[in-house]
Amino acid sequence: MIDVLTIENLHVEVEGKEILRNINLEIKTGEIHAIMGPNGSGKSSLSLAIMGHPKYKITKGDIKINGESILGLTPDKRAQRGLFLSLQYPISLPGVTLFSLIRASLIALKNPQEAGQNIQVKEALPVLKIRQELIENLKLLGLNESFVNRYVNEGFSGGEKKRTEIVQMAMIKPKFAILDETDSGLDIDGIKIVSNGILQIANKKIGLILITHYNRILKFIRPDYVHVLVDGQIIDSGGPELADKLEEKGYNWLKEKDFQQI
Amino acid sequence: MSKPNVDISFDYSKYNFRDDVIYSIKFPKGINEEIVREISRIKNEPGWMEDLRVKAYKHFIERPLPMWGADLTKIDFNEFHYFARPTDKKGKSWEEVPEYIKRTFELLGIPEAERKFLAGVGAQYESEVVYHNIRKELESKGVIFVDTDTAVREYPEIVKKYFGTVVPHNDNKFAALNTAVWSGGSFIYVPEGVKVDLPLQAYFRINAQNIGQFERTLIIAEPYSEVHYIEGCTAPIYATDSLHSAVVEIIAKKGAKVRYTTIQNWSVDVYNLVTKRAHAYEEATVEWVDANIGSKVTMKYPSIYLLGKHARGEILSVAFAGKGQHQDTGGKIFHLAPYTSSRITSKSVSKDGGRTSYRGLLHVAKGAKGVKATVRCDALLIDEKSKTDTYPYVEILEDDATVTHEATVGKISEDQIFYLMSRGIPENEALNMIVLGFFEPFIKELPMEYAVEMNRLLRLEMTGAVG
Repeated sequence: MIDVLTIENLHVEVEGKEILRNINLEIKTGEIHAIMGPNGSGKSSLSLAIMGHPKYKITKGDIKINGESILGLTPDKRAQRGLFLSLQYPISLPGVTLFSLIRASLIALKNPQEAGQNIQVKEALPVLKIRQELIENLKLLGLNESFVNRYVNEGFSGGEKKRTEIVQMAMIKPKFAILDETDSGLDIDGIKIVSNGILQIANKKIGLILITHYNRILKFIRPDYVHVLVDGQIIDSGGPELADKLEEKGYNWLKEKDFQQI
Repeated sequence: MSKPNVDISFDYSKYNFRDDVIYSIKFPKGINEEIVREISRIKNEPGWMEDLRVKAYKHFIERPLPMWGADLTKIDFNEFHYFARPTDKKGKSWEEVPEYIKRTFELLGIPEAERKFLAGVGAQYESEVVYHNIRKELESKGVIFVDTDTAVREYPEIVKKYFGTVVPHNDNKFAALNTAVWSGGSFIYVPEGVKVDLPLQAYFRINAQNIGQFERTLIIAEPYSEVHYIEGCTAPIYATDSLHSAVVEIIAKKGAKVRYTTIQNWSVDVYNLVTKRAHAYEEATVEWVDANIGSKVTMKYPSIYLLGKHARGEILSVAFAGKGQHQDTGGKIFHLAPYTSSRITSKSVSKDGGRTSYRGLLHVAKGAKGVKATVRCDALLIDEKSKTDTYPYVEILEDDATVTHEATVGKISEDQIFYLMSRGIPENEALNMIVLGFFEPFIKELPMEYAVEMNRLLRLEMTGAVG
């Protein structure tokens, strides 16, 4: 079954300041979309707004999954509907191991109605199997199994943080994954490993939204669609060739193109 | 990974039961010299102990309440019973233990715990130890693990030699009270070179309303011996105030290693005023691992006197203060010999208007060269109503000492909660995970069963905060 994430005429404010305007996107499971744009254009804000970060206020428009609005849902409920966000700057969780995070996440996603009553949650998950799967996914992303028991993002290098975010995606198996600057902090070998991992995990079943400043990761993960975000607006959309043109001519080319058209 | 994967369903009501016990001996409320002498007489104690009790009682009466720390002015010492025991008979084997007490233990999970890995259980019911089982292995090694009352009768020369030498009867008002009316507690003697592999454990609880617990624990570790003692407290909940005032004395001789772990979960009407102190001789190691979750007021500062070269002391103190609770805790280290080292780690969480205070003392004596000491306190505030404060006293009289001190006060960040929620985890569970993570450095020091219990208790405490 194909699921659809729709973003309609979205306007977003942070602390009273409008940072995104009139965003329209439609992403189907199995598709790969790239959102490109210069620093400060609103790419991360868009990803946080979609996931439901409380700082980002939707002033207009809607976000829907299969036609149903998710605007009224908290981030955990959005995750339960199939959304996943790999953060640009993953947060440290002292004392919380990667395994315990994954376990809590899978308990919540499996039994959303029970998860709130944490005291009563029954341990119904096949724990050993999950651990084994976690180790395999760590290996796929070029990490050793010591990460199972490491505190999430505590003392991780930039690259390790990005890789473990993808490991989390692999374990959670979302319908739609927003990967915010996953390539930053990775060297070229790292990008290769992570890109291969992403493709294998997504396996044409997850709708991927790759947020990136550079074209680098798009050489390994060929997007179906490219959207260019500048100053809080999508100023152009196209196929993968758009990314190549941007690489060649820079974002100013698009701004100029826009100028030439009016 | 230290946290086991187990069924975490938890029913707190099991800690709220109460047995109808006909007390064979129950004193009227209040304290006077006659009552103190009567306690000693009932126990058939030698004269020196009776004299010590009376001397301590007199000091208790004269000594004013401490002017610092938590508010103790509401304590009415005439409102407590100072002695009671539920049975005259003591069971040495499980069969001899009265049925209603077994039921209580079962609810507390003791028999199961013993089956698994206990080396010996001393469980204090009311004011006296009624069940004490020592594994043959320990006996054959010459380890003594009995309640302190028994020790006074059966090992009078050892008790007399050490009792009150680490915490004298006139040390403070509550040590004086304990010395006057003490009952029960554990006595542990580990001969030279003997290593006790499994932790020795005791459960304590207050059962009858307004019965204070004044247990007295004495641990003597001869040279190069090792022992780990664990006490976990759970108590039924009553409406009126209760008093718990224990004294723990540890003597770790040359090269000995002693760890003392406490999980304190008194009900929120209990004043928990405890004196814990250790003497560590040359190359000895003493570790206090101390968690304070329950009680109305706790004042407890486990201390270590590092008396010989290369002695090492470690205090890991965690506290959780909810509504109406004040946890005034910390630790004291006295570096009295060269090349001694120490570390104090304090972690506290306050919520629903609860208050935690870190109160610590680090002392380095003149001439104690090459000392290394670290103090670190982290406090976490769950909401705006709650409070935390620190009183870190430092006295360094020797130039050649390396001392570091770090203190942080944090709030749970919106971004941490968002991150966990973005993984499908509801907000209250996200909060739980962050708090449990904050305590993880403590929890991972506990044996598995205690780690499970600790996680349960903390989750339970958190439920009220976010409900």
